[in-house]
Amino acid sequence: MSEVLVLVDHVDGDVRKTTAEMLTAARRLGEPSAVFVGQGYAAAKEELGRHGAAKVYLAEDAVYTDHLVAPVAELLADLVGRVSPAAVLIASTNDGKEIAGRLAIKTSSGLVTDAVDVQAGEGGVTTTQSVFAGNYTVTSQVGTGTPIVTVKPNSIGVEESAATPVEEAVSVEISEAARAARVTARTAKEKSGRPSLAEAAIVVSGGRGTGGDFGPVEAFADALGAAVGASRAAVDAGWYPHSHQVGQTGVSVSPQLYVAAGISGAIQHRAGMQTSKTIVAVNKDAEAPIFELVDYGVVGDLFTVLPQATEKVQEHQG
Amino acid sequence: MNIVVCVKYVPDAQGDRGFESDHTTDREGVDGLLSELDEYAVEEALKIVEAGEGEVTVLTMGPDDAATAIKKSLQMGAHKGVHVLDDAIAGSDSAATSLVLAEAIKKCGEVDLVITGLASTDGVMSVVPAMLAERLGLPQVTFASELTVEGGTVTIRRDNESFSETVEASLPAVVSVTDQINEPRYPSFKGIMAAKKKPVETWSLADLGVDASQVGLGAAWTTVTDTQARPPREAGEVVTDEGEGGAALAQFLADRRLA
Repeated sequence: MSEVLVLVDHVDGDVRKTTAEMLTAARRLGEPSAVFVGQGYAAAKEELGRHGAAKVYLAEDAVYTDHLVAPVAELLADLVGRVSPAAVLIASTNDGKEIAGRLAIKTSSGLVTDAVDVQAGEGGVTTTQSVFAGNYTVTSQVGTGTPIVTVKPNSIGVEESAATPVEEAVSVEISEAARAARVTARTAKEKSGRPSLAEAAIVVSGGRGTGGDFGPVEAFADALGAAVGASRAAVDAGWYPHSHQVGQTGVSVSPQLYVAAGISGAIQHRAGMQTSKTIVAVNKDAEAPIFELVDYGVVGDLFTVLPQATEKVQEHQG
Repeated sequence: MNIVVCVKYVPDAQGDRGFESDHTTDREGVDGLLSELDEYAVEEALKIVEAGEGEVTVLTMGPDDAATAIKKSLQMGAHKGVHVLDDAIAGSDSAATSLVLAEAIKKCGEVDLVITGLASTDGVMSVVPAMLAERLGLPQVTFASELTVEGGTVTIRRDNESFSETVEASLPAVVSVTDQINEPRYPSFKGIMAAKKKPVETWSLADLGVDASQVGLGAAWTTVTDTQARPPREAGEVVTDEGEGGAALAQFLADRRLA
């Protein structure tokens, strides 16, 4: 059975859920081989085995973290040449997509980004994407080279399958050109204790209607174990950090439940959340376009509706 | 300082976007415009040149109408335009796009910086800047929310969910910028008038030495096999809060096992 390379999405060995999703998808296409780049493998090992990684390629050299994506693309291109995988799966993050882009050029291979599903089809690997603000579903196949697919977080149901991975350290001569962009400083962001936006099963977002007070949004999010998002209007006003912006120019999310509070639902925002499974909105304006999308909507003041809902949810959880 | 800004002409996201029968983007049904995210790239290039010296060339590939994207950029203040126009380009994927743009950039001569937006608002792949860097053999410093150019070095700040990073590279380099980097200017009346006199060159694939067999729908490395409009969402229930809206919301979530 052909190997399927999965580039492990992690922060210092803390494996993100996307990796388990990719390993699950990889098992449909062949035998998953995780590619672990950077530090912290000891912390990641158990998780990779639990999701069926038959093999782990380990690249712990600092060259991969001291530079932007080019060295990782060179490493993967070398592996693609050596093992002729059935596919390469990479998380659909900014870095992930760029690694995939470079790898596609290096190996003359077709590329699909933001796949929400990956299956073994008759003509090879078949991918599904959701485009134009979620209004179209696109199916694609790669006809040239090795299918390179970036997988959108939270799209594929995780199934466990235990394996004891064989480990192989890999080192590749990284070109001078790939070392040209140097990371000169890196500051870790403060952890909020909430799940990360792209991966969260539930997201509660606030917009212009919060008037800058995200208190009720955060409280409701915490009651639901949710991540907190923000609309562009709220971010532009300086009320919430840009890293939490949901939408076309921010993070694209696809959770089980999306709650939009005080968000009108401009097209750019909808583009980033329209594929959420269940959509709920709270807004004072009954005419807000967000209500066209909802499974459940409350026309009302978020400052009274959210605290009441928070209290009821907490009661329900007992 | 010579800067090339790559821009794209896209269907307006406010419109009803869709696909042709060959699964390429429908460009007839919806008005097109300069991709909103490219305005930040044009603005940043203008700021760099205004702070020192040099020239901003705006580069696009696409059908006749794509000249609209160049025109808007010239009205903002870019100095000249290059339009790669060739029937064979239609349906090109990201790999072919990066090939054509890379050859056009080479033909522009001495280029210190290539600046792009973070993604186009139609394909939203975010891969062309990295592909360009790969093809041109240049460093890429992408997703910049701040940018400075000094003494032959470009330094950017970029953020992701976990980190805030400072990255630097020697010129020439490929840069992509986010919508956090600046506030794009509106074309002034003077700018609109001046744009009419600015040079726009039109290059064919032959001018770039690119063979038609390397681009277009037929040469795509990835084939779209199907495009389906998603069935419209069924209208959900909307209630008006008269004191119990929050409780009703909590009950809805409990019924769906979401809380």
